[in-house]
Amino acid sequence: MNIITVKNLVKKFDDRPAVDDISFDVKKGEIFAFLGPNGAGKTTTIKMFTTLLKPTSGQILINGFDPTTNSDDVRQSFGIIFQDPSLDDELTAFENLEFHGVLYNVPKKIRRARIEELLKIVELEKRRDDLVKEFSGGMKRRLEIARGLLHHPQIIFLDEPTLGLDPQTRNHLWSYIKDMNQKEGITVFFSTHYMEEADRMSDRIAIIDNGKIVAEGTAEKLKADTASATLEDAFLKLTGKAIREEGANAVDKLRTMGRIWRR
Amino acid sequence: MEKIKKYSKVIYILWLRQLKRYSRSRARMVGSLAQPTLFLVAMGFGFGPIFQKAGGGNYIQFLAPGIIAMSIIFTAMFGGMEVIYDRQFGFLKETLVAPVPRWTIMLGRTLGGATVSTAQGLVVFFIALLVGFRPENIFTAPLALIYMALIATSFTALGTAIASTMEDMQAFPLVMNFLIMPLFFLSGALFPLTGLPKAIQLIIRINPLSYGVDGIRGILSHQMHFTFHTDLFILLAFTLATLAAGSYLFSKIEV
Ligand SMILES: Nc1ncnc2c1ncn2[C@@H]1O[C@H](COP(=O)(O)OP(=O)(O)OP(=O)(O)O)[C@@H](O)[C@H]1O
Ligand SMILES: [Mg+2]
Repeated sequence: MNIITVKNLVKKFDDRPAVDDISFDVKKGEIFAFLGPNGAGKTTTIKMFTTLLKPTSGQILINGFDPTTNSDDVRQSFGIIFQDPSLDDELTAFENLEFHGVLYNVPKKIRRARIEELLKIVELEKRRDDLVKEFSGGMKRRLEIARGLLHHPQIIFLDEPTLGLDPQTRNHLWSYIKDMNQKEGITVFFSTHYMEEADRMSDRIAIIDNGKIVAEGTAEKLKADTASATLEDAFLKLTGKAIREEGANAVDKLRTMGRIWRR
Repeated sequence: MEKIKKYSKVIYILWLRQLKRYSRSRARMVGSLAQPTLFLVAMGFGFGPIFQKAGGGNYIQFLAPGIIAMSIIFTAMFGGMEVIYDRQFGFLKETLVAPVPRWTIMLGRTLGGATVSTAQGLVVFFIALLVGFRPENIFTAPLALIYMALIATSFTALGTAIASTMEDMQAFPLVMNFLIMPLFFLSGALFPLTGLPKAIQLIIRINPLSYGVDGIRGILSHQMHFTFHTDLFILLAFTLATLAAGSYLFSKIEV
């Protein structure tokens, strides 16, 4: 059964297509990786799935509901970890989590237990009562991860969840997600720039480039189709080696540069 | 039933957030009290003698309700416009994807902002007492809270409605200079409405804040231009209209 169905989806910003006629399905219970170079249209697609942006044209069904007409039903179905910051800096770590739990109607007992568990996983239990504005970038990211996992919806969208995380937290995060996926059958839809992560974690992959899907299938299939030893090689063959600056906004550019410097 | 319980929890938690944010920001609190205090002292003592000579009576008695209303509308509009900060800092997304209708989010925020602004108005009331203001009847004075709360709610909702259509803070000074300032100065907060030119009278009659000022002044100082019923009716209608517009625009936000 398909829990996400996308047909001829288009999103234009001032006539410039960011998502250009894409179609694909995600099966219930699947871990699905959505890959693509900077500015390919991953975040834009996820925003349309999660009722934050209206498509220019095309159809989306999330858990059987259309985000443009049944947005409340769609919002009941998913959880999300955003790529960009989304915490309230004026609240403490605990308050951010508690706020989220109440917003998502997680019963108090489960809420408190999960908050404790997740604070441990992201190693913030000692900082729980500190204001978020006093946190480092990585700590903020870890708190967002904890928050995103606080309620267990049918689908979880993770937009570059491991960006800026240390390897320890990355491991904890993935084992928690695997667990959610296996025990509760939660569908996972994630984007990442770590090819090794996508290879290891995903059941299926779609690669988007310049707003179009250029390849779809299991990691093995993508490697076989391109005669590559690793997913990274397959990815580079499918999307080319040029750095995607064209059309990228200032933030994208900065991010790209940041990545180059970090290497 | 289940839904009502869920929605009220969401409204409550957003209300609480606005209160927490406000109580943690000392600078904002002090800043927003400095202005009304300055107005009370400078205008109250500055224009007092002229006002008295012209036969208007004690100016502080006239002015204080206007300044209370002023502090409420400023805090309320800014509170509503916090939507823009939340958009820029990214937190807005988190509330926009919550599994509840967006009007509940809007209502929670607005009630939070309204509570903060009403409390602010109350503090200004006590500051006015220090400057020499005396309510005519101490027992009916609490009724002024009704009018204060209505101003607070409607203008927070108005701020939210405006902010929902804005991408960033650029337009903020425009709103300040072309909406908040005229609303305040042309509301009868500072001067009586009798004997004004027709055009100004008309503007003041269109301005919903005038009815708030009038209601508060009627209760606290026993001076009125309209009637309590008119004031209440117009403020209620305005509150409902701004809440409706605010919910609509808020639920249309894309980020
Ligand atoms: N609000 C917007 N207004 C105008 N253009 C936008 C907007 N949001 C995104 N875009 C453009 O749409 C394209 C796709 O952006 P998107 O954020 O979806 O990319 P992405 O695949 O998530 O990239 P990254 O890996 O850098 O996160 C880019 O060219 C971007 O500049
Ligand atoms: Mg992105």
